[in-house]
Amino acid sequence: MPRKLPRKDVVIIGLGWTGSILGYELAKAGLDVVAIERGPWRDTATDFPPASAQDELRYAVRLDLFLRPDQETLTFRNNASQTALPIRNFVSFLPGNGVGGAGVHWNGQTWRFLPTDFRLRSHLEERYGKDALPSDMTIQDWPLSYDDLEPYYDRFEKLCGTSGKAGNIRGIKQLGGNPFEGWRSSEYPTPPLKQGYGATLFAEAARKTGHNPFPQPASNLSEAYVNPLGIKLGQCTYCGFCERFGCGNYSKASPQTCVLPALLRFPNFTAQTESEVTKINLDSAGKRATGVTYVDTSGQEWEQPANIVLVCAFALFNVRLMLLSGIGKPYDAQAGQGVVGRNYAYQTTSSVGLILKDKVLNPFIATGSHGMMIDDYNGDNFDHSGLGFVGGGYMGFGQTNARPIQTRPVPAGTPKWGAQWKKATAETYQRACSLATHGSSYSYKDCYLDLDPTYTDRLGRPLMRMTFDFHENELKMSAFLTDRLAEIARTMDPVELVALPRKGPYTLTAYQTTHNTGGTVMGADPGTSVVNRYCQSWDVHNVFVPGGASVFPQNHGYNPTDTVGALAYWTADAIRDRYLRNPGPLV
Amino acid sequence: MRDGVFQARTSRRGLLSSSALVLLLGAGSASARIISDGLPWSPGTATPPVPVRPGPWLFFTAEEAALVEAAVDRLIPPDDRGPGARDAGCAVFIDRQLAGPYGRSAGLYMQPPFMPGAATQGYQMPDTPATRYRGGLKALADHVKAAFAGKSFAELSAPDQDKVLAGLESGSIALPGVGGAQFFALLLENTREGFFADPIYGGNRDMVGWKLIGFPGARYDYRDWVERHNEPYPLPPVSIMGRPEWEER
Repeated sequence: MPRKLPRKDVVIIGLGWTGSILGYELAKAGLDVVAIERGPWRDTATDFPPASAQDELRYAVRLDLFLRPDQETLTFRNNASQTALPIRNFVSFLPGNGVGGAGVHWNGQTWRFLPTDFRLRSHLEERYGKDALPSDMTIQDWPLSYDDLEPYYDRFEKLCGTSGKAGNIRGIKQLGGNPFEGWRSSEYPTPPLKQGYGATLFAEAARKTGHNPFPQPASNLSEAYVNPLGIKLGQCTYCGFCERFGCGNYSKASPQTCVLPALLRFPNFTAQTESEVTKINLDSAGKRATGVTYVDTSGQEWEQPANIVLVCAFALFNVRLMLLSGIGKPYDAQAGQGVVGRNYAYQTTSSVGLILKDKVLNPFIATGSHGMMIDDYNGDNFDHSGLGFVGGGYMGFGQTNARPIQTRPVPAGTPKWGAQWKKATAETYQRACSLATHGSSYSYKDCYLDLDPTYTDRLGRPLMRMTFDFHENELKMSAFLTDRLAEIARTMDPVELVALPRKGPYTLTAYQTTHNTGGTVMGADPGTSVVNRYCQSWDVHNVFVPGGASVFPQNHGYNPTDTVGALAYWTADAIRDRYLRNPGPLV
Repeated sequence: MRDGVFQARTSRRGLLSSSALVLLLGAGSASARIISDGLPWSPGTATPPVPVRPGPWLFFTAEEAALVEAAVDRLIPPDDRGPGARDAGCAVFIDRQLAGPYGRSAGLYMQPPFMPGAATQGYQMPDTPATRYRGGLKALADHVKAAFAGKSFAELSAPDQDKVLAGLESGSIALPGVGGAQFFALLLENTREGFFADPIYGGNRDMVGWKLIGFPGARYDYRDWVERHNEPYPLPPVSIMGRPEWEER
């Protein structure tokens, strides 16, 4: 039997970016808040100090900071005709674990979605006609506009101290920034990072071919910065141990470096770690959450009553918790009905590998988010008439590291071992680089999440089942983007160029990205969304899913974190300014 | 809701010590952590990796170790650029990895049923790396014994060793019950890990893997070199434990 704890105003499930932002805003408003996190407490000095953080085997290969599949995993199949099997070892995507969540191990690439992304279906149908979209594509407009979200993007970027160059300040184009981006109310908080040789060569090539390169927006900071919470971040040192690592240098924005020191000062906030929420509890009518049940590492169950429940885990696990708690109608792909688990989407990435002549690139001097990018082929920034697909992505040079267990390019046709391999490895390392495209992944009727009929977690609860494959629209988009990138790259005079557009089927066996989106999507219609425009459950009004990427109706050609952070602030304001005064449905 | 704040504050101050780390309700075992009243920190609580100790094999038998040392030295052979995988310590690296959590698939999802799936669904076998090495090395030793008149792999000439490895890689040497190509892929992956991982794990001795390609290792600050385009980085590599010559002083 669960033991019952004293009631709290707010219980937060998961203490990553959204949990720490909501925790701060609501504790500051005077509410009594507890955040329950299933992983360990983690902080810079104790868990990734610069004395030992640069350990590729431990963090990038053995995945020390990530969720262990024996705690929770998913099952996977490409389509409904297959039997889903468990992901026994995470490879294709790597969910985080512990305090800070994915905010610890991310790269810091901090992109806003385009204004047209927020009204995607309406925009595409207006421009290309209603028949332009495949009939099984289930993209939909967001229930809020870019203009609604702009102030919140601004807040999240100021929290992080994001480094970059604006391309559009209140409608006025800015030289050197991204000319395609939506308007910004202000310049980036810190100037762009310095660029290495590879990025500079790409930018020259992009300019020469008529494109518009700009520095990638980075939450690895170009200079020391004090954020609005009074917390100081340090200057990035370009060490090249970013994604999959915690930053030992206080240079990468994370809950640890941007929120927690201020949040933990509130006497009315408590974090509780190594405690896994197993269920959101509902009243007998199923209309109101009464709190959560969690289990500690000894197996003891506890009930934490609360007035408001905030679902702030990683996107995939938000969806599973809603399914296990019976909040919202589960999606049925056959019938095309129900909403929880609907519109799972991903990201369609590809690369162009280059070996240059007589160049010294020092590819290990890197950060997770430096580099030069172009946005000419993202979203609807280019005319799709006659191309046979919709969507797009940014592209460019953004190589994040050259850590040698995993990054060791050789010319095509080189044997995988032996004397020739050794020679080629030694001769290629300094002059090879990889360019990348980062493309959209639109949602489809047959890409979804539900509960697995066979496999369970260590507590006996069903694992979530992912059914996903790339569709023709995305593969055509990737081929087009990769061709454009290769055209630019050819002007860099490579000795060798290998273009690798994304091909189907989607496979778990190679890392692609951890941008898993959808499943509890936000919308204006309860028939096609789980939460309303304030990330509030349509069915249970005191449950919010404040901005995890699970609320994205589809995924766009950018990294999700900036939008996740902006939606967290947006939801915090809605709860504080509106919900507390009159608890009930906000829409 | 204000009242709740003050109540919580009073009760916590009354119950808990000033230390920020307290076991949940004194349950007797470390079953959860409550963190409040500031960031928890105390000296000496970081978790650096533990360097492997030289000495006897922890996982391999002497025969297995001889085979692995000979095989890894063909995968990454010594040449005029530097030592091969044997002298770099790759067999020691693999031995220590197999004796540790990696060897027993710690943390992976190991619940049945185990069923073969599509290639896109990833590794679906119940065998751990330790099991695969034990079976694979035995099957390989048996194969060599039968094919080369009772000799062991280590006793073969380098060209014959290469022929055997190429046969495994291509699948023409099947290794019944183990899967020759799968075992070869695992051995190659672990050998490369050992050659390029930090020396604290037993391989990459004297940072030979990093010197081979020009990777400066566990350095933490390249600010003065980011914009020195097309100039080789001048400093030698460094490990998490420093450089050997630092200790000789």
